[in-house]
Amino acid sequence: MDTQNINLLEGREKQVYEKTAGGAEIEIACDKTSLSGSVSQRACVFCGSRVVLYPVADAIHIVHGPIGCAAYTWDIRGAVSSGPELHRLSFSTDLQEMDVIYGGEKKLYKSLVELIDQYQPNAAFIYSTCIIGLIGDDIDAVCKKVAKEKGIPVLPVHSEGFKGTKKDGYKAACHALMKLIGQGSTEGISKYSINILGEFNLAGEAWIIREYYEKMGIEVVATMTGDGRIDDIRRSHGATLNVVQCSGSMTTLAKDMEEKYGIPYIRVSYFGFEDMSKSLYDVAQHFPDRPDIMEKAKEIVRDEIRKYYPEMQKFKAALTGKKAAIYVGGAFKTFSLIKALRTIGMSVVLAGSQTGNKQDYKNLKEMCDEGTVIVDDSNPVELSKFVLEKEADLLIGGVKERPIAFKLGVGFCDHNHERKIPLAGFIGMYYFAKEVYESVMSPVWQFAPRKGGLR
Amino acid sequence: MLLRHTPTEVKEREGLTINPAKTCQPIGAMYAALGIHGCLPHSHGSQGCCSYHRSTLTRHYKEPVMASTSSFTEGASVFGGQANLLASIETIFSVYDPEVIAVHSTCLSETIGDDLQQITKKASDDGKIPDGKYVIYASTPSFVGSHITGYANMVTGMAEQFAVSTGEKTEQINIVAGWMEPSDMREIKSIASLMDAKIVLFPDTSDVLDAPQTGKHEFYPKGGVTIDQLRSTGDSKCSLALGCVSAEPAAIALDKKCKVPFETLDMPIGLSATDRFIMALSKAAGKPVPASITAERGRVVDVMADMEQYFYGKKVALFGDPDQIMPLTEFLLDLGMRPTHIVSGTPGLRFEKRMKEILERAPYANFRNGAQADMFLLHQWIKNEPVDLLIGNTYGKYIARDENIPFVRFGFPILDRVGHSYFPSVGYSGAMRLIEKILGVLMDQQDRVALEEKFELVM
Repeated sequence: MDTQNINLLEGREKQVYEKTAGGAEIEIACDKTSLSGSVSQRACVFCGSRVVLYPVADAIHIVHGPIGCAAYTWDIRGAVSSGPELHRLSFSTDLQEMDVIYGGEKKLYKSLVELIDQYQPNAAFIYSTCIIGLIGDDIDAVCKKVAKEKGIPVLPVHSEGFKGTKKDGYKAACHALMKLIGQGSTEGISKYSINILGEFNLAGEAWIIREYYEKMGIEVVATMTGDGRIDDIRRSHGATLNVVQCSGSMTTLAKDMEEKYGIPYIRVSYFGFEDMSKSLYDVAQHFPDRPDIMEKAKEIVRDEIRKYYPEMQKFKAALTGKKAAIYVGGAFKTFSLIKALRTIGMSVVLAGSQTGNKQDYKNLKEMCDEGTVIVDDSNPVELSKFVLEKEADLLIGGVKERPIAFKLGVGFCDHNHERKIPLAGFIGMYYFAKEVYESVMSPVWQFAPRKGGLR
Repeated sequence: MLLRHTPTEVKEREGLTINPAKTCQPIGAMYAALGIHGCLPHSHGSQGCCSYHRSTLTRHYKEPVMASTSSFTEGASVFGGQANLLASIETIFSVYDPEVIAVHSTCLSETIGDDLQQITKKASDDGKIPDGKYVIYASTPSFVGSHITGYANMVTGMAEQFAVSTGEKTEQINIVAGWMEPSDMREIKSIASLMDAKIVLFPDTSDVLDAPQTGKHEFYPKGGVTIDQLRSTGDSKCSLALGCVSAEPAAIALDKKCKVPFETLDMPIGLSATDRFIMALSKAAGKPVPASITAERGRVVDVMADMEQYFYGKKVALFGDPDQIMPLTEFLLDLGMRPTHIVSGTPGLRFEKRMKEILERAPYANFRNGAQADMFLLHQWIKNEPVDLLIGNTYGKYIARDENIPFVRFGFPILDRVGHSYFPSVGYSGAMRLIEKILGVLMDQQDRVALEEKFELVM
């Protein structure tokens, strides 16, 4: 099948939009599960909760179900820890046929006890997978019992794969975290304090962000969930402000905390000079009685941009006029990426997300140039089609998109799981530009058929 | 020091699996299905399964891996997934236009009791399968077996659902590939071609999962066994099954359905297993072993002899999948090494029996498979009795680093290196490659830890 001459999947027309002059209003049908039979790039509820909670490093994470769900999420991305690394081990109840018939509660109970005795963790998260939802194990009861016996929080995460989309998994994760919050003492927490939400410390990104805020004189109570610690999360309701980066995953928690503890929240992004600076200013503005915080923020922005700006010009000179296609998880990340790409002279010809909502897509339309294609929950056929039609030089995506980009002969940047170097913060923008430059300018493309190599 | 959390004391665990040395059935079925030309694997369950399997295969092969999903929702999980599968079949044929859809089940669809055979029949009765196109299926619940059994089930499905017996036998030999790399499948075909043996290899992922750069995204790359070839397997004069766990069930199915006698061999990894394969193929084809193959074997033995001092008595820990572990253990013994700790997450009586035979030469070895035979146990064993070499998939890197053991990547998945899908591990050239890899890491380690005054040019 030639993917270049293919029509859109029937039933998907409403999830694809091309911005044209005087074109129709954008009405993208999002929040849908993928069409039965489609080659979707999406995952499930369990995936959502697992990726969000997994970086809490001093807890054990047990996947209750057959082995696969645990195996595929074992150290799925490099969420690094400054201390314990319990989160990077893979614990599973490895349900067998008999367990499915007779129920897995006993096995879960024994596994939990064995693990807690072994590791003395500060908490345990129990993820229920598809099968648990069907066989009806009462994991809440098991968790309650073990929590009582062992004296640590044992938190059920209801993340049966079929019960919605990845976003529902985020919600399940937030609910589990919410049970921890409020359990610790808030004594001694400064009035000038924040929680960092939706930062997963891939390649140490949370450390970069945390350092900026601390330099500004702000106390960071908890980072949720990158390099996360149970005790910090338990007292995080003592912070003055919640700063949410990954809006898709953590807005629910921010809203719940606002409602229950009166802590306001703001949405930020740490990608690109523009959004990173704004993230610092927005937080500083929240503390108007301390002008020194804003002063310090300005100083950081000035110093950091001065440090990286000259290098960036080299990349920009080479990349100006090149085109990028974006297909990532969260829509908010897409906004930042569009701005960041503009900083290095690149335009965006395709902007897509797996989990955007209606408002996100409206915003995307505002931001994009004419001719840009906007998609929700895309598939490889569409992606290839648009990348070729729009003559993109770069694809930004996740694991499954990488080899597609390379087959098509265009550069690639992973903005999801397989990150070895941080892309957040000012230094992250430098790394991003460097990575994009190196991939787009790689000499290998001269050998690719599309760019004139041997056919 | 990720695994500093591993205690030395080994305690029997009742429920828990830690750091599994296996994964679940559907991914095996997906991999096998990719070895049919023009086939779209289809995952009958929720989106996550399909997504994880595609990600893992993508990471291992560095190739686009296509597969569709029934996208189960809560409704499907209550009322059954028949409607989803029927809708899927229609969507897939009209949009992605494959030759074959290979459906596999998941723990979800199995538990709610979806009957793939009945649903596929309904799809056919309702005219949802275009003429000349096919839908095959395999039942692959995740709570039984492992990715290896899933592979075996889908390959068996190919044999059962495609093979036709016309009553006239041909000179063709079926070779049922156990779970091996595209490069291995290519090597098997190359050996058969050198021997002038007429074979059909299935499944065959070469030219599918090691496709060239073309500037296009080919949904169905040129490789894979064709439907005609699969149909013809019923008339073949015999089958050779390469692997008693992942390949033999398909050979048995062919024998049952079309009376094709079969012989089960170890996967041809290392010297002895390759010898047996070459002899069996030569006998089945009625062709002598060509001089070029004999010479290649001679070179392997020559290198083994040249290097025997570096292998002798070295302790090895290995983990992985049955059909690879068995001949690999034998090869290590042939090299004079001591396979000391062996773990495989895949359960199976055939496997245990064969390992017992092989390990008669290594009565000291710790061997365990099935439940709780995981990498945590392997690490504990290594802590109690250290080894000189570790062989296994990418996840072994944690143990190798923590214990400072030379490490050879082998098996599935390998996420952090290339080569495994391009260079064979089977046949004599595969044996040579394994020797090179093992020797390379052993000597690198020797150089790395040598005291200044003992660091030498010639080793």
